[in-house]
Amino acid sequence: MKDDDARKPEPPAGVTRRDFMKISGIGVAVPLLVGPKVVEAAGEEVAVHGPGKVPVQLTVNDRQLQAQLEPRVTLLDALRDTFNLTGAKRVCDRGACGACTVLMDGKTVYACAVLAIDAQGTKITTIEGLTEGEALTPVMQAFVDHDAQQCGFCTPGFVVATTHFLQEHPKATPDDIRRGLSGNYCRCGTYDGIRAVALASTMQGRTS
Amino acid sequence: MTDYAWPDPATRPLLGKRISRVDGPVKVSGRAKYTYDYNPDGLLAGKILRCPYAHAKVTSIDTSAAEKMPGVKAVRIIQQSGTEIFWAGDEVVAVAAVDEPTADDAIRAIKVQYEVLPHFVSDAEPPKNVATATGPISRDDYEDMEDNQVPDEQVIAAIQKYGISFKPDEKYLKAQQESGVAANVVEALRNAKYVEGKVSTSPYKKTAVQKQGDPDKAFAAAAFVSEGLYGASCITHCCLETHGMASEWTGEKEMVVHVSTQNVSGVAPQVAEPLGIPAGNIQVLEQYVGGGFGSKWGPDRWGMATAHLSKAAGGKPVKIMLERAAEQEVAGMRPSGYGRVKIAADKDGNFVAWQSTSWGTGGMGGGGTPPLPYIFDVPNQRKQNVAIATNQGSARAWRAPTHPQAAVITMGAIEDLAAKMNMDPVELITRNLELTRKRADTYRDELRVAAELMDWRKNWHPRGDKASGPIKRGLGVSLHTWGGRGHNSDCDLTIYPDGTVEIKMGTQDLGTGCRTVITIVAADTLGIPMENVKLLIGDSRYPVSGGSGGSTTTGGVSSSTRRAAVDARGQLFVKVASALQAKPEELEAVNATVRVKGDPSRSLSWKEACSKLGAMPMTVHGKNPDKEKPPDLTNSGVGGVQMADVSVDTETGIVRVNKIVAAQDCGLIIDVKTAESQVLGALIMGISYALYEEKVLDPVTGRMLNPNMEFYRLAGIADVGELKVHMMTGKGYDERGVIGLAEPPVVSPGAAISNAVANAIGVRVPFLPLTPERVLEALEQGGAHASV
Repeated sequence: MKDDDARKPEPPAGVTRRDFMKISGIGVAVPLLVGPKVVEAAGEEVAVHGPGKVPVQLTVNDRQLQAQLEPRVTLLDALRDTFNLTGAKRVCDRGACGACTVLMDGKTVYACAVLAIDAQGTKITTIEGLTEGEALTPVMQAFVDHDAQQCGFCTPGFVVATTHFLQEHPKATPDDIRRGLSGNYCRCGTYDGIRAVALASTMQGRTS
Repeated sequence: MTDYAWPDPATRPLLGKRISRVDGPVKVSGRAKYTYDYNPDGLLAGKILRCPYAHAKVTSIDTSAAEKMPGVKAVRIIQQSGTEIFWAGDEVVAVAAVDEPTADDAIRAIKVQYEVLPHFVSDAEPPKNVATATGPISRDDYEDMEDNQVPDEQVIAAIQKYGISFKPDEKYLKAQQESGVAANVVEALRNAKYVEGKVSTSPYKKTAVQKQGDPDKAFAAAAFVSEGLYGASCITHCCLETHGMASEWTGEKEMVVHVSTQNVSGVAPQVAEPLGIPAGNIQVLEQYVGGGFGSKWGPDRWGMATAHLSKAAGGKPVKIMLERAAEQEVAGMRPSGYGRVKIAADKDGNFVAWQSTSWGTGGMGGGGTPPLPYIFDVPNQRKQNVAIATNQGSARAWRAPTHPQAAVITMGAIEDLAAKMNMDPVELITRNLELTRKRADTYRDELRVAAELMDWRKNWHPRGDKASGPIKRGLGVSLHTWGGRGHNSDCDLTIYPDGTVEIKMGTQDLGTGCRTVITIVAADTLGIPMENVKLLIGDSRYPVSGGSGGSTTTGGVSSSTRRAAVDARGQLFVKVASALQAKPEELEAVNATVRVKGDPSRSLSWKEACSKLGAMPMTVHGKNPDKEKPPDLTNSGVGGVQMADVSVDTETGIVRVNKIVAAQDCGLIIDVKTAESQVLGALIMGISYALYEEKVLDPVTGRMLNPNMEFYRLAGIADVGELKVHMMTGKGYDERGVIGLAEPPVVSPGAAISNAVANAIGVRVPFLPLTPERVLEALEQGGAHASV
């Protein structure tokens, strides 16, 4: 995934939606080669994307990725269908289950609840970006050691969520863990192992 | 003669140890590719238009606008105009397009008109005057009787009295005989009078009364009689990876299929038949599956749609994965099961009589009759079941079909009887263990183990927690059983001259640890590290192995692997014997060497030994069952005991599980770690269906009100208390052989939790899930029976 060139972060080409709205000035649509139209609605300037595909540029796992996507495409579907990063799973597709958890600017988000166009200008990290090749992070290794997976479909989301939680709460108590990892569901029932992962990690100070 | 028996405990380097699952690393890093992740270049996205009505007739379909849309590659009508549809969400039209948004637009552009018909979705207690079914025995009726172990003479009497409304051919009769149905029952089927089945307009189908002994006399003479209402609502499988399939035509009559299934070896024939192509021309692939729990078997209608759409689109791959709403609404559910029970004991606490009227729905077909009374063969019985046909997607096998419902009904009745006798339920159950027949000793051991883990004697109190304050605490117990004999399984084991060992088997790993089990057995037998074994599964081109249902996989795949590995080891010994100046039977394979028994100095490394094969690899076939290669390595019949400790907030009705303990037997355990995970998972799934899960149908629209994951609530990590699992191992267990484990531990949690709540608050909350609303209603009514 990570060749040397791709590891050098580049500034996003063009303008972000927020930048565009700042510079686009007044009222009526200003046609550009690419990018949204701007209309005035209820006294506010609103960028209108589409209909049809628009260019989208995402920074994922330190790589710049570009595609033509409809504005309605979620970050999750862009990652999975367009960029073939299938570690994040589509399960509930409406922000309830956490199987699609990724990091956006270092914070966990449900990728099914973010539009791809809204993810532009942010730094996205998926499960694939947490590690290189077949090496496992300490949290991943702990998931293996504590058998905190069965069918494995919720597991990547849980690994991302747990990794982030432990970074933020290196001294988490069992109660903190119950609350902090409540944003993900598992159907096979692997919570006992996941609790053990989090507890062992906090005790050993392994948080990356 | 070659001995295929499991090695004795002293010579098991891997078997029965705690070993991490072999596919753990690929799963935790997101590299495991599921059917949902299949994403080749040129993949077309398939979508389905579903009927919004619970009962309707399709009157017209207009797909012309969709067909003209740019990016739409194929449109296929699944149910033609004029077809009657029996549940909301049923498939009507499928489309394939260049991407999902385009497919969504195409679905919206299709115009379907319906004549809406009356629907029925209630599984409330049937009215008293429902007529008993006296029509001919349908295939469902017959199989239901067999599943519920109705005595052979009753099955034969029913067949002779009513006739049958189906025509069993010789193939069906042979399959019945092979599955263990008694010869005189099969004979009765063969000679049965065929009677045209009448189309009934009533949704209720009442079975004939089943009677044993003299229940009236026994109730009249009993010292204690308890009556109660118990049950469990419909729930869904809620697999995190939804059902789905991708098809690609690679030739005029050749296909490759990726499908989310529990049955890799069994899908091709089901796909081939309607397409009219040879089954062998279809390659079925699946490396990982995101949950099945009994719901993923055939290609299903959506899977067949991908085959047709792909053909129409020039063979390009087409994938349909169900959306969450469809998954919840049509891709399987566990039937509800409720019962009014009367149970009696004599003055010493021996169960003497049982009477039950049970009911439930499994959608349009029967849901199966719960085996009542569960586990305890009470001497005098009268029981009757009513199956309710409702307009909803059909039931599918859900982990341990009919057992959790039977456990909730039976164990609830026993707990209530114990309360009436002012007796500890563990004591009452122990007094009656002989009624569980050959499982009695296992249950006795397990009750002792579980009681210690729960500190039952210290923590149990008579019904109704007398502590002050709104939070009441209580304990409950439940017992369960299951078969779990290993299924038919074939495998090829190849030893390469470089020492690599490769196994091919057309099985699948649902997350149960199947890959790990096979690898352990092969490595243990050959005396090599697990890393030396390369395991290939999930491909229909590999030797046929059974579907993963009914806890049959571990017994099946471990037995076929063991036989193949023992034979391969023997053949290798023949090749290397001369190099070690010994006879083949004097050799052993341990610690990655082949050496002379009792003389470790005469030894070859595994790799050196394999090099004696010469240039050609060696393949050995293993199978299960195999009467030529005794002994039987698998067995059937396990027992388990679970105890729950709950707290109930009597002001809010919220139930919290503080702790559950499980003592479980499954014969010889191959990997203790994944076995424990299986039980822990079952306990968590049990907490989930005991407290939260319910498929709620709207009586007005006939639609599911919660086809999502916000309102179809699964237990989260914060909902799970302390869990303790004890696997029964060692003498009395190991020598039974390998028995499956997936179903049994999920049977008892609902019953144990329900009983703990009754023990805490002093009244019975009749039905699962034990929602705050139901708990408060039971408290208000002071134990008078709540409504459904």
